[in-house]
Amino acid sequence: MTFEGENMSLQGRKHDAAYNFAYLDEQTKRMIRRAILKGLAIPGYQVPFASREMPMPYGWGTGGVQVSAATLTPDDTLKVIDQGADDTTNAVSIRKFFERTAGVATTEATDAATVIQTRHRIPEAPLTEDQVLVYQVPIPEPLRFLEPRETETRKMHSLGEYGLMHVKLYEDISRHGAIATSYAYPVKVEGGYVMDPSPIPKFDNPKLSDCPAIQLFGAGREQRIYALPPYTRVASLDFEDHPFEPSKADHPCDLCGSQGSYLDEVITDDRGGRIFVCSDTDYCRTRREAGHTGPQGAPDAEARS
Amino acid sequence: MYVAVKGGERAIDNAHAWLAEERRGDAAVDELTLDQIREQLALTVARVMAEGSLYDPDLAALAIKQARGDLIEAVFLVRAYRTTLPRFGASEPVDTGEMACDRRISATFKDAPGGQVLGPTFDYTHRLLDFKLAADGEAPATPQGEAGDATAPHITAFLGDEGLIQDEPESDATPPDLTREPMELPADRPLRLQALTRADEGFLLGLAYSTQRGYARNHAFVGELRIGAVVVEMEIPELGFAIELGEITLTECETVNQFTGSKTEPPQFTRGYGLVFGQTERKAISMALVDRALRWKELGEDDQGAPAQDEEFVLMHADNIQATGFLEHIKLPHYVDFQSELELVRKLRRAAQRDETPPEEAAE
Repeated sequence: MTFEGENMSLQGRKHDAAYNFAYLDEQTKRMIRRAILKGLAIPGYQVPFASREMPMPYGWGTGGVQVSAATLTPDDTLKVIDQGADDTTNAVSIRKFFERTAGVATTEATDAATVIQTRHRIPEAPLTEDQVLVYQVPIPEPLRFLEPRETETRKMHSLGEYGLMHVKLYEDISRHGAIATSYAYPVKVEGGYVMDPSPIPKFDNPKLSDCPAIQLFGAGREQRIYALPPYTRVASLDFEDHPFEPSKADHPCDLCGSQGSYLDEVITDDRGGRIFVCSDTDYCRTRREAGHTGPQGAPDAEARS
Repeated sequence: MYVAVKGGERAIDNAHAWLAEERRGDAAVDELTLDQIREQLALTVARVMAEGSLYDPDLAALAIKQARGDLIEAVFLVRAYRTTLPRFGASEPVDTGEMACDRRISATFKDAPGGQVLGPTFDYTHRLLDFKLAADGEAPATPQGEAGDATAPHITAFLGDEGLIQDEPESDATPPDLTREPMELPADRPLRLQALTRADEGFLLGLAYSTQRGYARNHAFVGELRIGAVVVEMEIPELGFAIELGEITLTECETVNQFTGSKTEPPQFTRGYGLVFGQTERKAISMALVDRALRWKELGEDDQGAPAQDEEFVLMHADNIQATGFLEHIKLPHYVDFQSELELVRKLRRAAQRDETPPEEAAE
């Protein structure tokens, strides 16, 4: 991933000429790139940036879209997923936005993408050093629901004062017998900042750590960007006697038979019938194309439809 | 056999087509023109310009038409367009003292130089539905008079001459711009005023009303409310002097509030200030009350813990485009997160049913 100069839009494929390459003007992209670089230099630190109003609403991924816009070059191949799937409506909408405004190639295959924008999931397939994973973040502040004031939480981060978070996790254990956080599970970055990994299920948390790809987090409404450089050590908060445990439905995928992927529960009738299918649609399809099949699936069914 | 649901792209295209059809409504009814919206729904246009932070009645009318009259959606369209516009520079500060007033009233003095001018106000209308309008919208003949000198001096200046109202320090500093820089807290007054003038009218109205009902009451009198056109000028570096770009309509409200004083300072009234695009007096008055409430620190008042005094609370929640986006995003798919919650609750319930005390394996 390289950040090229002003004229990169001239070299690209065809994009809507009414807009600059990837929609944002070059000054705005430069401002965002500065925030990204600062974020990479201070892993887990939330860098304020002058988020712009985008043509999609706040809450629809405006932070991720701005980070992607500042990261994309005309040679990139973009993949967009929401809930792990390429075909969810908002993923389709964001992919179309960049097809139109940046003219970049798009793909559904995780291994073919150079930039992946995601909401709520990390792909199952391991990422590589040639990839950038861009997360859409609603509330970047992991301490927000313990302390609503930004002026206070910034102070707490700068002092490394995370006792409140540990008290919250402890209270969970005393009340429920377990830490009652199942997504957006807080992590500690290289022993420094406590960071919100965005609302990914805690099943995905281990993939954050030691990842070869660059991981960028964009929160548009809250005007924050943060980042994990490749191979950053990321630990999910826990206690010695209550170690962190990623969890998923205790079931194989009904389509591809995978035992180790995160599953969506799909209600199939009104008599309590349900099946479990991979949330990562590309992973599931790839497995079925390779001949794996689950209890309810036919090999390669979706690929043929 | 189960095949995962597909077709998001087609669903989106079809939804857009249906939306376009609904926007047009019954094709047998004449289509609204932008001129009609701009001229006959002028207060709506003003609100969209104010909250959209863009003074352009034609674009606001287009946004209102496109948004089917949903004003927050129209504000959003204007904002999203606004961010794509290049910036040539900043205008000279507008001089509201030179405003050509359509309306100018004071609640603190019975009369003052420039007079009380009611202008086109709803204030003393009886709110009776006028069924004649349903059949015939033509306006009756309006009495005409000679145009006088419409400019009038600011009322608060009279109080200032006597030292009865606190002075605002003059500054040539470039005000901050929250549309270009991330908002930083604590915010200074220019930044707060910028946030308030583009804030949601309903949110400001509620906050201002809460101060009147005792949540940080600040005893506001409307010293002056004026609505009219001001000239916008910009200095062109190549020319070395300012040229007139055009006129915009503004509503300005100056409130005269409870006095402060101390052993060293004799008692003085204090100020709240509202300035909003277009004829938007409810918003301008609300803005002045909330501005005054937010000034408690600099005026040496107590923090009463009232919402309108809480700068972070007010500024972080006043923007309706941010608010509506985040509020409405919860209708987007969240099934990955919900699934993880489902698993957790099932697990905790299993543990609770097995034993009074949760076994080791449920702990994580």
